[in-house]
Amino acid sequence: MKVTLRIWRQRNQAAEGGFVEYAVDGISADDSFLEVLDALNEMLIEQGNEPVAFDHDCREGICGSCSLMINGSAHGPVQATTTCQLYMRHFRDGETISVEPWRAEALPVIKDLVVDRSAMDRIMQSSGYISVNTGEAPDANAIPVSRFDADKAFDAAACIGCGACIAACPNASAMLFVAAKVTQLAILPQGQPERVHRVTSMVEAMDREGFGNCSNHYECAKACPKSIPIAFIAHLNREFINAGLFGREYGKSAFHAEHEE
Amino acid sequence: MTMQMPDARIPEGSLENKWHSCLDSLRLINPVNKTRKKVIVVGTGLAGASAAATMAELGYQVEAFTFHDSARRAHSIAAQGGINASKNYRNDGDSDYRLFMDTIKGGDFRSREANVCRLAQISGNIIDQCVAQGVPFAREYGGYLDNRSFGGALVSRTFYAKGQTGQQLLLGAYGAMNRQIHYCKVRLHTRCEMLDLVVKDGRAVGIITRSLLDGSIRRHSADAVVLATGGYSNVFYRSTNAAACNVTAAYRGYKRGALFANPAFTQIHPTCIPISHEHQSKLTLMSESLRNHGRVWVPKSGDDRRAPGDVPEDQRDYLLERKYPSYGNLAPRDISSRAVKEVCDEGRGVGDMRQSVYLDFKGTIAKQGRKFVEQRYGNLFEMYEHITNENPYDVPMKIYPAAHYTMGGLWVDYHLMSNIPGLFVIGEANFSDHGANRLGASALMQGLADGYFILPQTIGHYLADNHERVEVDDEVFAATESDTAQRIARLMDIQGQRSATSFHKALGDIMWNYCGMGRNREGLNKAIGEISALRDEFWQNLRVPGDSADFNQQLEYAGRVADFLEFGEIMCHDALTREESCGAHFRDEYQDEGEARRDDERFSHVAAWAYQGDAAGPERLTEKLEFDCVKQTVRNYK
Repeated sequence: MKVTLRIWRQRNQAAEGGFVEYAVDGISADDSFLEVLDALNEMLIEQGNEPVAFDHDCREGICGSCSLMINGSAHGPVQATTTCQLYMRHFRDGETISVEPWRAEALPVIKDLVVDRSAMDRIMQSSGYISVNTGEAPDANAIPVSRFDADKAFDAAACIGCGACIAACPNASAMLFVAAKVTQLAILPQGQPERVHRVTSMVEAMDREGFGNCSNHYECAKACPKSIPIAFIAHLNREFINAGLFGREYGKSAFHAEHEE
Repeated sequence: MTMQMPDARIPEGSLENKWHSCLDSLRLINPVNKTRKKVIVVGTGLAGASAAATMAELGYQVEAFTFHDSARRAHSIAAQGGINASKNYRNDGDSDYRLFMDTIKGGDFRSREANVCRLAQISGNIIDQCVAQGVPFAREYGGYLDNRSFGGALVSRTFYAKGQTGQQLLLGAYGAMNRQIHYCKVRLHTRCEMLDLVVKDGRAVGIITRSLLDGSIRRHSADAVVLATGGYSNVFYRSTNAAACNVTAAYRGYKRGALFANPAFTQIHPTCIPISHEHQSKLTLMSESLRNHGRVWVPKSGDDRRAPGDVPEDQRDYLLERKYPSYGNLAPRDISSRAVKEVCDEGRGVGDMRQSVYLDFKGTIAKQGRKFVEQRYGNLFEMYEHITNENPYDVPMKIYPAAHYTMGGLWVDYHLMSNIPGLFVIGEANFSDHGANRLGASALMQGLADGYFILPQTIGHYLADNHERVEVDDEVFAATESDTAQRIARLMDIQGQRSATSFHKALGDIMWNYCGMGRNREGLNKAIGEISALRDEFWQNLRVPGDSADFNQQLEYAGRVADFLEFGEIMCHDALTREESCGAHFRDEYQDEGEARRDDERFSHVAAWAYQGDAAGPERLTEKLEFDCVKQTVRNYK
């Protein structure tokens, strides 16, 4: 099959970007979307032009490197799918497909389709973990966890950190991303000692990075390649209010400073 | 120049006491002095992130490097099945000894007893640590941890988190490292690739990196350097590895004097989705667990082109059940892969390209119902349908082996230090624990054992020597940086006709055909000639577009392909000189009717390759493997 790719090209963060159209022929319906970009890049190199920059790595839907707004949808038109596992059989022969980077103030474009997602890591660094040094752990079966809680924690932990939720949100909110981590650790008994501190600290970090707030559009859950449920945002809100009531109010980091060692 | 094989520093004493006596003999550093020591960790997968976090907890200053945009993207994340530990929570007779024995046997007696024993002894601590971090392992209704069984073992010792064990363990280690980043004890450099190792007076003193954002070349000095840079399966071009996995960091270490051990020991995983179209860039793994209930078959006749459902039972060849009646479809990875290749080579393969076999669940569905299969394998069946557009409940899956894991790697002693003092190597990047074949669910165990529990202890013994740190203004840093810059300039200046991908594909074809599942003298010699010719063309006809002082993915890739083009030849030399078949290394000349024939008289050793300059070939050194506790037997899965 043959398609026309309308791709966002941008030399660097400071430069102005724009769409450029490329016709790509000889595509198999079994090609993945990224393999079509590979083919396009081979063609561009052959012609002496610069290939299109895009992030990718595992190509099996788990590393979270790949991104792309495809025809306006994060990771393209198929639900619960990453771009690397999106196949050309889902497009029409002769179709013009627009390809853009994630768009969010907190995720600036580096080049072409590559964006800087380090803001998401900084939220995780603020307190998205359980503080336990190597060697301190008790026997793994010392703390039973109900299967229901374990499964729910797993559903939250399935987030691959790709940023589709942020790109899909009209407010560029990272709340589904943050909710997934907060929920995972708030459910588990191991996460209890830092529960109150963790949520407020992560929300503060999220705000510092310039992400917007949730106003219930539900686009994030629809775009999520791992189907993280929207209900986790409600869970995040509950945790946040609870933390405010029990010693860790937003913006008041007395406890936080102590916690920092 | 002839090198001496360094001492492996295996402690004296009985096997089970070696690790304890090693720990007791390690020199210690007082807490204040630890904070003055700086360690570089390259790679942030399971081994790298766990090591960086743990060393920072101990007080060391850690500089961590990843070429990804985030530490969480390392390819450890893609591991599906699980992680082994000899907890014996099932009460099914497991023990450290049994895990040790299974691993030694699975590796076809080509690994060190002492290392494997330590791995088994540490395995339980890993599970404790990960659970404490909040890793959501599968649990039973009582709230306790669940286990499943895996290939090569008769007990259930595999802990798992659905099909995402790798991601969940990596996020645990990533969290532990994030905590240390928050405390400013780990400094993380993202989108930053190590391009050379700096060695002064025989010691590793730092690295040279290139920023993938703006192309800037930088020097980093430290008291020790740790490589946790993964495996090199991408030498085959198509593999189950992520696109960016490469041999560059390890290979740069090799060219600076580190020994490369057993490079020919590469694991080919039997159950992967086969090549179906020309642009295909990736071979996706389907979990080994599928072979519990799926039967592998091809038509008896190569001319039989009927749809699978139309081939009558008596005209099917259930090849694994025929060849290995007692293990059947659950024969180990190396053995199953070879059996599949054999029938495809006979012209009995199925699919458009005739390079696959059926993995059929029809019998199980008929006997135990569709729901039974759905509960166990639902997500895998979905993934298969997603990729191939075929419903495996109705038609059998088509599978073919693919390069998956590399047991070979930089040589390390019992302290996980290479022969270059100050250079440590952990995880898949070293060669230490899996011998000639790795068992399922053992890679995660080894990466985390190295990173959480072994390296952070042993590295102190080296740092206690208090060598003076070599600062970045030293001439050795200037010289190494200049080598890196020249190499980049050389790649940019060729301005030929062919892309890096086209060379990588051509190399992959050579390696797969002559140094893949079956190897022989003639083919390997041919491969060495072809690789050399391809390399010559690469340096005359490569085209790298764009600018080197910029974000340039083609330049990054070209540098990695250049190293693969040299490294592939060493793999072939290693395969050629190991005149026996063992584990995943199968030489056509050394077999008994298709079964590997080991030669313990001549080859019960580690082959470690030393760089001798570009003109001379590499030198082969050997470390004899002593088996004091285990009897080297013939692996029999019949």
